Amino acid sequence: MNVTRYKAVKETLYEEILPNGLTIRVVPRPQFRKCFAAFAADYGGADQRFSLGGEWIETPAGIAHYLEHKMFDTEDGNALNILAASGAQPNAFTSSDITAYYFECTDRFQANLEQLLSFVSIPYFTEESVEKERGIIGQEIGMVEDNPGFQVYIRLMQALYHHSPVNSSVAGTVESIAKITTQDLYNCHKAFYAPSNMALSVVGNVDPEEVVSMARQMLPAEKAPKPVVDYGAAEPELPKAHYTELTMEVSAPQFMIGAKVRPELSGTAHLRQKHVGNLAMAALFGRASRFYSTLYSKNLLSGFEYDFDYAANAGTLCLAGESVNPQAVLEQVISAADEVRKHGLDQKKFQRAKNAALGNLIFSLEEMDDLAISLAQSSFYGYNSLDSHRPEADVSKEECEAFIAAYFTPERLAMSVVAPGGK
Amino acid sequence: MTLIRNEIMPGVFLSCITTDKFKTGCLSINLLSQLCRGTAAMNALIPHVLRRGTRRLPDIEQLSGELDRLYGVGIAPTVRKIGEIQSIGLMADFVDGPYVPDYEGLFHDTVRLTCEVLLDPCLENGMLTRRYVESEKQQQLDQLRSRINDKRSYSLQRIIELMCCYEDFSVSRRGDEETTEAITAKDLTARYLTLLETSPIEIFYCGSYPYDHVKALLMEQLKDLPRGEIDFDIGTDIRMNAVEEPPRVFEEELAVTQGKLSIGFRLGEVMEAPDYPALYVMNALYGGCVTSKLFMNVREKLSLCYYASSMVDVSKGLLLVYSGIDFDKYDAALEEIFAQLIAVKNGDFTDDELLFAKRSIADALRSTVDSQTDLEHYWLSRNLRGETRDPLEMSELVEQVSREDVVRAASTLVCDGIYFLKGNGEDEEDEA
Repeated sequence: MNVTRYKAVKETLYEEILPNGLTIRVVPRPQFRKCFAAFAADYGGADQRFSLGGEWIETPAGIAHYLEHKMFDTEDGNALNILAASGAQPNAFTSSDITAYYFECTDRFQANLEQLLSFVSIPYFTEESVEKERGIIGQEIGMVEDNPGFQVYIRLMQALYHHSPVNSSVAGTVESIAKITTQDLYNCHKAFYAPSNMALSVVGNVDPEEVVSMARQMLPAEKAPKPVVDYGAAEPELPKAHYTELTMEVSAPQFMIGAKVRPELSGTAHLRQKHVGNLAMAALFGRASRFYSTLYSKNLLSGFEYDFDYAANAGTLCLAGESVNPQAVLEQVISAADEVRKHGLDQKKFQRAKNAALGNLIFSLEEMDDLAISLAQSSFYGYNSLDSHRPEADVSKEECEAFIAAYFTPERLAMSVVAPGGK
Repeated sequence: MTLIRNEIMPGVFLSCITTDKFKTGCLSINLLSQLCRGTAAMNALIPHVLRRGTRRLPDIEQLSGELDRLYGVGIAPTVRKIGEIQSIGLMADFVDGPYVPDYEGLFHDTVRLTCEVLLDPCLENGMLTRRYVESEKQQQLDQLRSRINDKRSYSLQRIIELMCCYEDFSVSRRGDEETTEAITAKDLTARYLTLLETSPIEIFYCGSYPYDHVKALLMEQLKDLPRGEIDFDIGTDIRMNAVEEPPRVFEEELAVTQGKLSIGFRLGEVMEAPDYPALYVMNALYGGCVTSKLFMNVREKLSLCYYASSMVDVSKGLLLVYSGIDFDKYDAALEEIFAQLIAVKNGDFTDDELLFAKRSIADALRSTVDSQTDLEHYWLSRNLRGETRDPLEMSELVEQVSREDVVRAASTLVCDGIYFLKGNGEDEEDEA
């Protein structure tokens, strides 16, 4: 087993890649009662067209999420209930790029891990149960589509992306899921849920050897090939549309402003780009920025958040919030970036933003669930999220300025608004 | 993980857990007062206005810059309702240990800044800054108005308001729109000074420093806290019986596609000497976990609802059931929810049902010790009711709860109100 010590943050990572290709990452926390385990597949809503052994297969939007729902069927009943009966708190999610199944518990960890590995690796659903699920997922889609937060996001992605599958809803549409068959689900499980396309991560009061030996015992020994996924032709640099608006029953206008980033594909370059992007946004838009204080004190901004997200070879910068005048927010974004282009970032403020970013990295280690999920997810991108704590992760002011100058330009930005309306 | 709790100044209690298992620390300062309609909105507004700026750092930009400099210290306003006690204050979290350069002064600076936000606000003409008051009033109004957006929590709030209409408990955490609108900077300043002088204060700390160090630092930074006659006469009235027999039924109409049914119960006479572990297990078994009777029967087996859960409020002595149903399932769902309660009261449940419910509660309690915010919540509410057993002791008591204990905990439950939110004939989806 590979052991890496992160002395600066007093963490140790145990890593093993099994002969079947499964990546296992364990961070023991002997002082804690709790264990959090995540078993994830490199398979999400954007992975719709793929080839396994030469033949290209097209699948309907929403299939990864549909499969997630059906994996909880087991010979002994619903896996959620089985884990809950054992005192664990289980759940799962599907994003654009991964599907993750997880639980946390303070007791019977071995039995719970066995259950997790078993139900995720053995599909046990029938035509009848797949059919029954269609109504349930249809209702979920209906609820999601009624949600202003979802609409403002998905419409931003549709404005930014010409054809990348990240512009479609992870859950699909009622029309797309109507086409999903039981056989499709079995095929996708076979293609994407092979250990070589998965990762198992555990953080908590646990012995890494026990995790590895359980995985060896429970999962198939042979190494299956990884599927090749096609995300379509390269995206143009600029958005498809600069503005999109929808009216819904909301108390105030919700907005999202976004830009596409040229994604770095190798692991280390990818991690660095994330650091630069996040710090650049913190310096430019953080609570201590002129941008934020100006808009907030004029009552033009509330519930403000920003994020730099990657999925399916697409990197997206997002600013989101509520404002009576989203156009004023957009103008302020452009002028704040202009200011940096002309005069650079203020050295003192930049150093403060850097301090805050360092503190936030420490805060993030306290969330065992986030740490476990990010360890699994980063393995699919060829890096390790704990490497954020290495000294070489340090980012310069010039890198952030270059990032801001490159991406926060009027021609690169798109804005999506959900405005009050209807009645 | 032992808790040390002492009165360090008149009416100021420090609860301290010293541990090196976390990489961050947590400090909360909570001002307590009786929840009532006249003052709830003002009290709630105070920490939000304080968080806008101090005399030294008079606006968001400067205050946030200082928080950033201190490696991203968070100082968040808190407003809570625990039974009929309103708690308002500030919660700080910060890096604790050698994970950042010059970490040694960090705790000192955090305590200083938190106390500065509490005690030394940005004033104009001796009053809280008017434009901050007005702007935070607007935020509070927006929040109160947006409660209707989430129909699930809205239906829970409504059953509490309607069922407890003769009790202070009907007032929401942040008060109401009417009293918020009427707030002036002058009144708010007076209220702020009154709270500083008279409210009992609960301080919670969890981190690597020992009790004596934390106490000395706090006493130094709180030396300007004006302390007058402390109002210890705060607490929760527990009503044991229903207001009317049969239970009152409330119906409202909104443009919704899914009905919301919520039902309120009084825990009844068992609240005279509450057996807390048994009450938690009883609620988990009835509707508080995935293996509960409501989930397994009303939802899974009979498909009468989209969700059906229960929650227990041991401070106020209430049990609330909330569910999402199709409009035409009202009678059937109601009947089944009551039938399952009778089953609990009659001891009509399997050993497995009992075991799974106990596991779910015991696991949640054991998890508490792995999270500083969970510990903070746990101890604030326990301190208010004089409970001294820690989460691990409590989890052991939960493991020992017997079938008879559960039956006893449910024995005096009485329904006091039924609330149904139904559609008004307009399809919400068509309005988009």
